[in-house]
Amino acid sequence: MSVFIEAGIKVLVAFVFLLVTVLLLVWVERKFVSDLQNRVGPDRAGPWGILQTLADGLKAMFKESITPTNAEFALYIAAPVVSMTTALLMFLVIPIGAPIEINGTLYTLQVMDLNIAILYILAVSSVAVYAITLAGWASGSKYPLLGSVRASAQMISYEAAMGLALVPVVMFAGTMSVSGIVESQQGDFLGFLGPWNIVLLPSFVVFLIAGFAETNRAPFDLVEAEQEIVGGFHTEYSGMRFALFFLAEYINVFTISALTVTLFFGGWGGPVFGPWIIQQVLPVFWFLAKTWLIVLFFVWVRASLPRMRYDQLMGFGWKKLIPVSLAWIILVAIALGVREFGVPWA
Amino acid sequence: MSWFADLLGPFRGFAVTMRQVTKPRVTRKYPEEKRIKPERFHGRHVLNRDVDGTEKCIGCELCAGVCPAACIYVRGADNPKDDPVSTGERYGFVYEINMLRCIYCAMCVEACPTEAITMTHLFEMSVTDREDGIYTKNELLVEPDGTPNHPQPESALINIEELRLGDGWMRATSPSGRVDYEGVVQWSPSARTGELPAELGQSVLNLSSRAEQGETDG
Repeated sequence: MSVFIEAGIKVLVAFVFLLVTVLLLVWVERKFVSDLQNRVGPDRAGPWGILQTLADGLKAMFKESITPTNAEFALYIAAPVVSMTTALLMFLVIPIGAPIEINGTLYTLQVMDLNIAILYILAVSSVAVYAITLAGWASGSKYPLLGSVRASAQMISYEAAMGLALVPVVMFAGTMSVSGIVESQQGDFLGFLGPWNIVLLPSFVVFLIAGFAETNRAPFDLVEAEQEIVGGFHTEYSGMRFALFFLAEYINVFTISALTVTLFFGGWGGPVFGPWIIQQVLPVFWFLAKTWLIVLFFVWVRASLPRMRYDQLMGFGWKKLIPVSLAWIILVAIALGVREFGVPWA
Repeated sequence: MSWFADLLGPFRGFAVTMRQVTKPRVTRKYPEEKRIKPERFHGRHVLNRDVDGTEKCIGCELCAGVCPAACIYVRGADNPKDDPVSTGERYGFVYEINMLRCIYCAMCVEACPTEAITMTHLFEMSVTDREDGIYTKNELLVEPDGTPNHPQPESALINIEELRLGDGWMRATSPSGRVDYEGVVQWSPSARTGELPAELGQSVLNLSSRAEQGETDG
């Protein structure tokens, strides 16, 4: 029974945490992008415009949700729901802090502690492609269909690259469980540094680039860019349905950043000092600090790079990223084999 | 080592965007900060008065004739003998401009023979009803002291002082369009009473000599 209570509390906390984070993230993105573009971002709704996201959410709630006549209604409604659901589900396996021990019970700060968590993440992100496909097709209109077909192809091809990029990480850490990978990166050098998986640099680069493409962020945002295709798969959505897509995209950005930090930068690892309560809070703080740095990097890339054309995008994914990942897997496998078994001619 | 610099080439763009964070923003926070308009800014029209308070508009309908958007409606009437409204024989009895159709080309200003209609720097004219967009003589005619009129009350968005800044149009292009008239006061100024000094600077050569001698060319 207590298992259900614990799970329920964790799910609730994760849900609230993600929604609050996304609220903040939308504001941070708009302000930071405007800083990088030498203009003032939102500054009317509340001091420094912090209430802007809230105002946008309220507006979305009160706006009329127009359904196109040619829309396939059930799938049309299901698409934003699937999008939001998979976005929330992906975050469940990410540990936001070190396990806390209270009265002898160990509480892990992740909602689910699967031992195949990496596989789970890849699976859920594959289901997220369904949301895009359904949205475009069920809208019953040309441009959303085009946008969603391209977006689906883009997401699928970069998922292959993402999966292949994670294989060396799994080989290196020896486990597919995310909390296990984080544990394997903890150490004592300088008091907190362990073997962060950033040593697998090509994996990191490929994973980050694939992460940009998965979340349909610049420079891979051709399929939803206003200048290109009005809105791509979410053209025909208005009001709260659009808000769901919008929030799901930002949740995905945060999740990919959190994954990058967890898999390559030591997760919640960082200097821990002070009284017991501070010691439990500090890993969470380090995790959030590192994740937000990667999020700011996402925004920086958005402001700096031009958009990739669709054929350049697909060519890059299939002809460059996947061969690089495959070559790197072979190299890492050879290196680990040598470490484990010694050189073959010895 | 130039290959390293070439490798870093694509990343120079990131440095450019990051540098923008340190620079002051180019955004002007309207309505707290307003931009000073250029001198010959095509804003809202006003109907001017002479220095003694009589209206300049003589109801000749030239502005209505030249308007490409056909947004001016003028009806002239004879000046009452004992209480002349304007300086000629007739005056603009009905004078309306549909601001929603106006394209702000200032051809009416060019066409007017008496410099009755000129353009000020005002542009904040939003209305909630199309009927209110048709400005009549009430809104267009300046006050007897030369103050431009404005139908909406003064607020953060409407700066009456800005209206007082006269335009330089008629002074910059003399009636014959000739530089020789530079320095010679031709017309009484617009949107203001009293006389303004002549505008200089059209020709580098004839800065002050001709003005003093009062010489003109035919």
